[in-house]
Amino acid sequence: MKLGLAIEELHRSENHLARVLMEVSDRHKVDHEVFYVARDIAGWSQRHVAELARVGQDYGMDLDPEPVGEPGLLARLQRTTSDLLGRRPDPGLLLLADLRHVHREAAGVSLDWELLAQAAQGARQRELLALAERLHPDTLRQMRWANAKLKESATQALVS
Amino acid sequence: MPRIDRIAEPWGTRTPYGPGETWPVRVDTHLADGVGADDVDRWVQSATILHSNGDGLDIAVKDGRIVGVRGRADDRVNHGRLGPKDLFGWQANNSPDRLTRPLVRRNGELVETDWDTAMDAVAGRCRELLDEQGPSAISFYTTGQLFLEEYYTLGLIAHGGIGTNHVDGNTRLCTATAAAALKETFASDGQPGSYTDIDHADVIALYGHNMAETQTVLWTRILDRLAGPNPPAIVCVDPRETPVARAATVHLAPRPGTNVMLMNALLHEVIGNGWVDRRYVEAHTVGFKELEKRVRDYPPEVAAEVCDVPVERIREAARLIGTAERLLSTVLQGFYQSHQATAAAVQVNNINVVRGMLGRPGCGILQMNGQPTAQNTRECGADGDLPGFRNWSNDSHVQDLARVWNVDPMDIPHYSPPTHAMQMFRYAEEGSIRFMWVTATNPAVSMPELRRIREILAQERLFLVVQDIFLSETAQLADVVLPAATWGEKTGTFTNVDRTVHLSEKAVEPPGEARPDLDILVDFASRLGLRDKDGAPLVKWTDPEAAFEGWKECSRGRPCDYTGLSYDKLRERNGIQWPCTDEHPDGTEHIYVDGQFWAAPDYCESYGRDLVTGAPLEPAEYKALNPTGRAVLKAAEYLPPHEIPGQDFPFQLITGRTLYHFHTRTKTARAPQLQAAAPEVWVEMSPSDAADRGWGEGDLLEVATPRGRVTARLRVSGIRPGVLFLPFHYGYWDEPGGQRPDGASGRAANELTLTDWDPASKQPVFKTAAAQVTRLEVSTGAPAPAPTTTGSRPVDDAVPPTRGGADAQVDEAVATGGAR
Repeated sequence: MKLGLAIEELHRSENHLARVLMEVSDRHKVDHEVFYVARDIAGWSQRHVAELARVGQDYGMDLDPEPVGEPGLLARLQRTTSDLLGRRPDPGLLLLADLRHVHREAAGVSLDWELLAQAAQGARQRELLALAERLHPDTLRQMRWANAKLKESATQALVS
Repeated sequence: MPRIDRIAEPWGTRTPYGPGETWPVRVDTHLADGVGADDVDRWVQSATILHSNGDGLDIAVKDGRIVGVRGRADDRVNHGRLGPKDLFGWQANNSPDRLTRPLVRRNGELVETDWDTAMDAVAGRCRELLDEQGPSAISFYTTGQLFLEEYYTLGLIAHGGIGTNHVDGNTRLCTATAAAALKETFASDGQPGSYTDIDHADVIALYGHNMAETQTVLWTRILDRLAGPNPPAIVCVDPRETPVARAATVHLAPRPGTNVMLMNALLHEVIGNGWVDRRYVEAHTVGFKELEKRVRDYPPEVAAEVCDVPVERIREAARLIGTAERLLSTVLQGFYQSHQATAAAVQVNNINVVRGMLGRPGCGILQMNGQPTAQNTRECGADGDLPGFRNWSNDSHVQDLARVWNVDPMDIPHYSPPTHAMQMFRYAEEGSIRFMWVTATNPAVSMPELRRIREILAQERLFLVVQDIFLSETAQLADVVLPAATWGEKTGTFTNVDRTVHLSEKAVEPPGEARPDLDILVDFASRLGLRDKDGAPLVKWTDPEAAFEGWKECSRGRPCDYTGLSYDKLRERNGIQWPCTDEHPDGTEHIYVDGQFWAAPDYCESYGRDLVTGAPLEPAEYKALNPTGRAVLKAAEYLPPHEIPGQDFPFQLITGRTLYHFHTRTKTARAPQLQAAAPEVWVEMSPSDAADRGWGEGDLLEVATPRGRVTARLRVSGIRPGVLFLPFHYGYWDEPGGQRPDGASGRAANELTLTDWDPASKQPVFKTAAAQVTRLEVSTGAPAPAPTTTGSRPVDDAVPPTRGGADAQVDEAVATGGAR
């Protein structure tokens, strides 16, 4: 059984997604909705990390329940840069690239959840399956956010 | 006829009545000093314009001037009553500092010019940018204070003619969440309640809604029920001790930013105790299981901790709401302008829906508006939505609109949600919006984080047009200022919260060269040469009645159907509720009767959004969720506010309003009685917070956040500990700074607020900012300049009460023998 490996992989990819969302948030501090929503939904991935670490114990995995911390100095730098570039149009294009990146990362996490759910079902691991069913929708919402925000921002960024 | 000081007694004389009875008539009249009713040349039919209640009134005219107002006894909304703002606010029309000529900026100064020059400058710059960049450079920021005909014309010009997606109103700051919450639950805007529900309800729950100050006449109706036999129980959710809180059976004063937590706990109790209309839920809703599951995580004990509200009071409120036989729920800024606005307002809908309390007398929801014509901004598409509650993500709706307008569907921008106001300012900040036309609103005082807003508006590269009746703070920053006519000086219709349409007729000529807003917009369209697809003028009307007829066609078959209305009909009987059609010629008191909604996928206005991320649902998702058009019970998780108090900024700052002022005081500060009642900004703090610091009533304080500073005198009031309150009305036009603080510390509350908004409704958050406060000066005995009659009532009995005196005497004629 490689369930432990699947959990570990998801733990890693959720940690990564949380960090990507925090970085995107910092880079777009002057786009206030991106700044706040990206942080709010990074929180979902951070919560997933803790839950995966907890359930991982049942499968012999020793995973850190604490999500990987915010890179303090870098975050501050990125926010300052965002402020400095606030009066220029170029960050609009950067935002599109960043949202595309978030969507791709979230899609990867979503597939990891699919894998875990399939495995849990096959192995009749009810608790693990319930966890996947409970948390996977958050990932889909993260994807939809990136998609919707991209659609909403594209026209002004590309046609102006 | 009895006379009464209506500054001291804002709600006037009681006329008690019982459940199911007709609210007695009481006709309120105020005329200029020395003018008697017999001296009046003409009474001209209209309705109130300084709040959202839509009270019918007649404007008194003498020698070509407005000399007063009188409530209309036959109006369904007010039965003759008027509020203080209506009784005294009309004087602003006659103010000597009205704008009377267009202004253009020359060498940095605004100078007078003629209409041709001003309009050529506006249309010329617009055309230049359209040629150079296209519609993405052009934006319109309107209001909740124009008339229906003007909004519809503006929406047509912007969406159908110019093809820009950048259209919004200041309704974004006030009622965007009302619309959003209705769209989430019922998939369409449209008020499920009616004011007459107050006559029948046995429980009235007011969520973040200080009705006593925002809709004084509606509150008068409740006060008269409370004074009569079998009065309703009142549930109040508000962190301040407002007049509503004082009248409440149960008052919950949650920590700002925790509304969703509280609502989920109330739903936890309602569902957990089985106070659910199972038959209704099964027949008419989707989403109950998910809601039931979600609120299981929110027992009252948890909410009591997070919201800092006694657990037994949550239970008591839930019991009243859960066992009500006729439940009326109302919601306003305490929810709309707070954290998780839409999610919280939607939970109020959920309560009425799971209890089956809709579509019959006494059972309703009033997702309130703040401004008089906000409903029309929403209906007519001046808030960015498509007119007639058409769905921008439904191609057949766009095609239908293109048919009505005779334009190509591709000309109507619908590739993404409309650009909301906060995003428009962001695009102006980054430089991609280069033309902004502001009509009848004052973002330089009303928007959050004013230093930023002023910087955006003052940019050289932004061409700013301001259409107003006074030289507001925003107008002072404009490139072109267009002087407009206002209420009483032009004809048009507007619609209140409970779908009541009033005709407001022109009573007097506007001052100087000021022109009706409709004339200005039609002139602009003609100068720009906007055409339909056959080459005919896009805007096919030049007067209000023809615009109204155009709108009627646009509304045909949509929820807000006006086709049964006409100017003539409204002249005969003013105040008719839409939908009004040939089948329902007298209008419609209750919508959603028998669980019939406008939520079918091919008909609905909106597919809804994710309440946390704001992402719109795709058409296919909605069809799968709600194929047969039921009410949607949408659950929401609680998220902590984005700015929470800490060591440096230990208080939570909320901003709000007072009974005596409207918006940024442009009119009410020019009515002497209103201005005297609330002459200057103040800050409220709880007795325990003041005592901890040894501060007292009238001390001069400085409130600061990371964004700015405001100086104000302290009113020790009944607000909950840990929270500061500032009224948002006060700006700088009557101060030396003109449009900005004169020095480092200002008096506009929005110097302090943060730039953050609800992702679903896009309404800015005005009610959770972390703040610090210091004392600058000890009071020499004078109290804070805050009213004593309202939510700012002092705890100190020694503060002299607010009085209007001789100038504030109002005639009140109570109909005899009418009540019971």
